[in-house]
Amino acid sequence: MKVLAAMSGGVDSAVAAARAVAAGHDVTGVHLALSKNPQSFRSGARGCCSKEDAHDARRAADRLDIPFYVWDLSDRFAADVVDDFVAEYAAGRTPNPCLRCNEKIKFAAVLDRAVALGFDAVCTGHYARLQRDENGVQMLRAVDAAKDQSYVLGVLDQSQLSRSFFPLGDSVKADVRAEAHRQGLAVADKPDSHDICFIADGDTAGFLARHLGERPGPIVDEAGRTVGEHSGTHQFTVGQRRGLRLGTPAADGQPRFVLNISPVSNTVTVGPRDALAVCTIEGLRPTWTATPALGGWSGLVQVRAHGQALPARITAFDDGVVIRLDEPALGIAPGQAAVLYDGLRVVGSATIAATGRWDDSE
Amino acid sequence: MLSASSCARWVTEYSCRAPAVPTARATDCGAVSHSDAVQAVGHVEVDFGASGLDLLTFTAHKLGGPYGIGALLARRQVALTAVQHGGGQERDVRSGTLDVAAVAGFAAAVAVATDTLATEEQRVRALRDELVAAVRGCVPDVVVHGPSDPADRLPGIANIGFRGCVADSILMLLDGAGVDCSTGSACSAGISQPSHVLMAMGQSVDQARSSLRFSLGHSSTRADIVALVGALPDAVARARSAAGVG
Repeated sequence: MKVLAAMSGGVDSAVAAARAVAAGHDVTGVHLALSKNPQSFRSGARGCCSKEDAHDARRAADRLDIPFYVWDLSDRFAADVVDDFVAEYAAGRTPNPCLRCNEKIKFAAVLDRAVALGFDAVCTGHYARLQRDENGVQMLRAVDAAKDQSYVLGVLDQSQLSRSFFPLGDSVKADVRAEAHRQGLAVADKPDSHDICFIADGDTAGFLARHLGERPGPIVDEAGRTVGEHSGTHQFTVGQRRGLRLGTPAADGQPRFVLNISPVSNTVTVGPRDALAVCTIEGLRPTWTATPALGGWSGLVQVRAHGQALPARITAFDDGVVIRLDEPALGIAPGQAAVLYDGLRVVGSATIAATGRWDDSE
Repeated sequence: MLSASSCARWVTEYSCRAPAVPTARATDCGAVSHSDAVQAVGHVEVDFGASGLDLLTFTAHKLGGPYGIGALLARRQVALTAVQHGGGQERDVRSGTLDVAAVAGFAAAVAVATDTLATEEQRVRALRDELVAAVRGCVPDVVVHGPSDPADRLPGIANIGFRGCVADSILMLLDGAGVDCSTGSACSAGISQPSHVLMAMGQSVDQARSSLRFSLGHSSTRADIVALVGALPDAVARARSAAGVG
């Protein structure tokens, strides 16, 4: 196969490319330049698109003796991921930009361009397993549960999965690093990247304030009493406890959490931890990894990256999903993806639009 | 200081051949004129004395010599400020031990290039015209940049726009077919930027992004053009379909 290996400059994508080469594929490395103003050097575990990272990717490609190119996707990334991130916060939701990048950039813009240029598949260093059989491709969680990235890939459909290649899904991270050492890849000990790549200093609140400004408004309790002030609803996520700076203590002295964000009335509602308990989730824009799993079925749902898989009863329609959790769960934020699993297998995903409290549904 | 970039590089021959009005004027105003002549020396006749320029630079690797060495021609009247200090060799502006092997290689390359210039310029120019005709023959709707009379263009360079695609894509596919060409300037991250020279000549960002530069030199032959034409139609078709989806 002619394989396009997306190489971020990190150890995972370098080893993934190495494995594609070892499997006998005709591999070409591509570094995706996503930032409009890339920093010269990587700082700590944040940011993945510095010039240093591009050079690391190039050196890895040289080591593997494969052609290497840089594709400038900064315009698409700004429009489809960064602007979307800001718009989602402005609308009171909590987006997942990594998932959006997979959906719009890596497995859309890049994959489509690769196929048009004659490649059969795109190879990445994501931790997820693909199983191919006569019915198509199924995506399973990675063997390394701590590194599993099936959640941020859950939005991919069959046509995307059938042209994807995740060579690391069967490995644990320690083995990947050891293999990088054996291959002589200089990135073998490079730190893992965390957080949001386009917010290099890690200050998401500051990033949003720069893009959306300050819009002061009230923080109210469940009874509607004003208990504090905020500088903009985009500074909050459902389930958040820190940074509320409430002047009036709760009657019971217990900590309070963000329960609801309403950009229209510019109000943040807070309440006790118990009030975060969610029983039902409504999801919009469902996507399916294979045939749509419409109707009612029992499965698992994951509602945030690195979250638990929660047992649930799922009812799926063409345009939405209703998920009824077996046990209440805390702090489920609209805008995040609800990824649906059948055991270890990813079935599909939907964007969380609304949640129902435990007592609402009884 | 007035600096004319690379004799306008691939686009056109410029003032290196003959005295030029702008440089004469610049000198009258007390300005210093400079030309980056890397694409001219060894490829077309250059007469520094007659050019009216105060400074002219060129480099070995553009005319068949080693990488890492270049030359500055400077009129005696021009006061230069050293950026590298030490023993004060070479008119007090460049200190340090010379790389003698590179100097000798550079000199040999200049000697060969200038000795064979008359026949080589003609040969390469004919080859370039053949390349343009061959490209037009297999991709009819290309745009050839530069002065309308090919005789006014530098002999070894053709800059060609391919409508409806990103030249990066063609470059990648031609590279795979063993044909080396260039999209323009690249920044330090390796991202090719649309050529500011093409845009200064009135091309849009998209037109600049769709343009490739093909360069021919002393080692180029007709077989290179045959190889290019063999790979180009498929590369352009794929690049156009990639532009449609991406």
